[in-house]
Amino acid sequence: MNQKQNFTKGFIKDNAVFVMLLGLCPTLAVTSSAVNGLGMGLATTFVLVMANIVVALVKNLIPEKVRIPSFIVIIASFVTIVDLTMAGFLPSLHEALGIFIPLIVVNCLVLGRAEAFASKNNIVSSIVDGLGMGLGFAFALTLLGAVRELLGAGSVFGLSIPIFPTTEDGAPITMLLFVLAPGAFIALGYLIAIINRFKKS
Amino acid sequence: MEIFAIIISAILVNNIVLMQFLGICPFMGVSKKLSTAVGMTGAVTFVMVLATIVTYLIQVYVLEPFGIGYLQTISFILIIASFVQMVEIVLKKVSPPLYQALGVFLPLITTNCAIMGVALLTIQNDYNLMEGIIYAIGSAIGFGIAITLFAGIREHLDLLDVPKGMRGTPIALVSAGILAMAFMGFAGLV
Amino acid sequence: MAKRESTFINMVVTLFAVTFIASATLGGIYELTKEPIAKAKLEKKLKAIQLVVPEFDNDPNSEMYTIKTENDDMPLEVYPAKKGDKLVGVAVKSYTMKGYSGLIQLMVGFKPDGTINKISVLQHAETPGLGTKMTDASFKDQFYGKNPADFNLEVKKDGGDVDAITAATISSRAFCDAVKRAYDQYMKGGKK
Repeated sequence: MNQKQNFTKGFIKDNAVFVMLLGLCPTLAVTSSAVNGLGMGLATTFVLVMANIVVALVKNLIPEKVRIPSFIVIIASFVTIVDLTMAGFLPSLHEALGIFIPLIVVNCLVLGRAEAFASKNNIVSSIVDGLGMGLGFAFALTLLGAVRELLGAGSVFGLSIPIFPTTEDGAPITMLLFVLAPGAFIALGYLIAIINRFKKS
Repeated sequence: MEIFAIIISAILVNNIVLMQFLGICPFMGVSKKLSTAVGMTGAVTFVMVLATIVTYLIQVYVLEPFGIGYLQTISFILIIASFVQMVEIVLKKVSPPLYQALGVFLPLITTNCAIMGVALLTIQNDYNLMEGIIYAIGSAIGFGIAITLFAGIREHLDLLDVPKGMRGTPIALVSAGILAMAFMGFAGLV
Repeated sequence: MAKRESTFINMVVTLFAVTFIASATLGGIYELTKEPIAKAKLEKKLKAIQLVVPEFDNDPNSEMYTIKTENDDMPLEVYPAKKGDKLVGVAVKSYTMKGYSGLIQLMVGFKPDGTINKISVLQHAETPGLGTKMTDASFKDQFYGKNPADFNLEVKKDGGDVDAITAATISSRAFCDAVKRAYDQYMKGGKK
């Protein structure tokens, strides 16, 4: 496939979350707001692209049997770099994402792409694949985050969107469930159903 | 925090899957049949408890004293990957049918965020070794309960007349959401 | 494209090399980010203190002292805020374990005489929509400017002066417990 297809497949056709159901843990956990979903999506994209680059570079130097452990160490290193950098320069996002930053290392999307693509393709294709899948993942998380934030807190990216009736002091009466655990499952379920419908047409 | 509170919290109040969102991938993937769900729980419990012990020891006796805390992610995941490898080898010899049934999900235990998550949370919650072990056992039980309940629900769902667009993953997710809502009722128990 | 053979030597060398390079790189990044991380942590603390005490120009963090009694599970941290040499207030990091979902941590700002200046909720796991209302001005404001010497820090239901959050009595009681703890410890022996 050409690079354009390579890039765009990550957004709808092979979307990591909606189609391949990879990386569901962070997807459900951090999308209580759009900005958190976006932040996690971009952090994961960074790890994905960097890991893809390194794996594509060294794929011929690594013996078959120690492939997976080596990939894991490479991925874990970039995760740690993201973790440290965020703690130092984006402390509030770091606190919001919490334990799910180190958990990027077990995001099946990242190891999956390294194994399925970067270890078998050249550097440029691997970069494009990483960018496409990563940004597609970010897109999914931001979308889910926006939906949950809108329904659960009446805002998107912190900007309040007045679609709910309000109490006397102006606070919107929202469907609180959506920023909580059950709401994540339910919102994602419906989003996938809608996207499937969209894909078919 | 006393033992009882830790266990009840891990199993019910802060259920590892339904409230803390750890272990979703195997939760969705293995919960289609009751038998695989139970088998998976056994494997996860084994790896979770052992991994928590070893990662705790590494954290307290190696990472902290030498000031190399930033190697936490790498060392923890390598420990977990090694244990999963061990489980695979043992299972192949001891129970080939279970090994076959779990299939590709066995190596995927490595990427089970629940195991890495519990190891990290043990350190974060400042538990000592004993509390960490209890927490790991409690979390594994919580994982098992969630996945078994869900498998039962899914076996049922397969027999029902679900609207076409919702069939498969969407309805499973919505059901999981309702199950999570039920578990929310445990809040305030401890 | 021929791959390296999976001989034992190759495997060991590769794993060792990968881990070594990774650790060395991370060590370098750690050194680079050590300061920004420490700075971010300090700023967060200072911001929390700034929110609850009157204007100050010292460094409360460097003058921090702790108080602990046998009944407490954790020590309380006291941050004196000064303007010039005069004490204008103290921020007390207090806690309670009696929240609906356990631990609640507050930063209570006192004027030197014990009057409550402002309160910030640092950490909690209370029920969203109910206990979480304790972070709203509509609940917190009733404490401001009151001196616990004549403002009874119990909910009205228990004979005190505090208006509890509707349907969140446990969270409200816990909040009061944390404020009371801060006040008692500060007044008893914490003043320096």
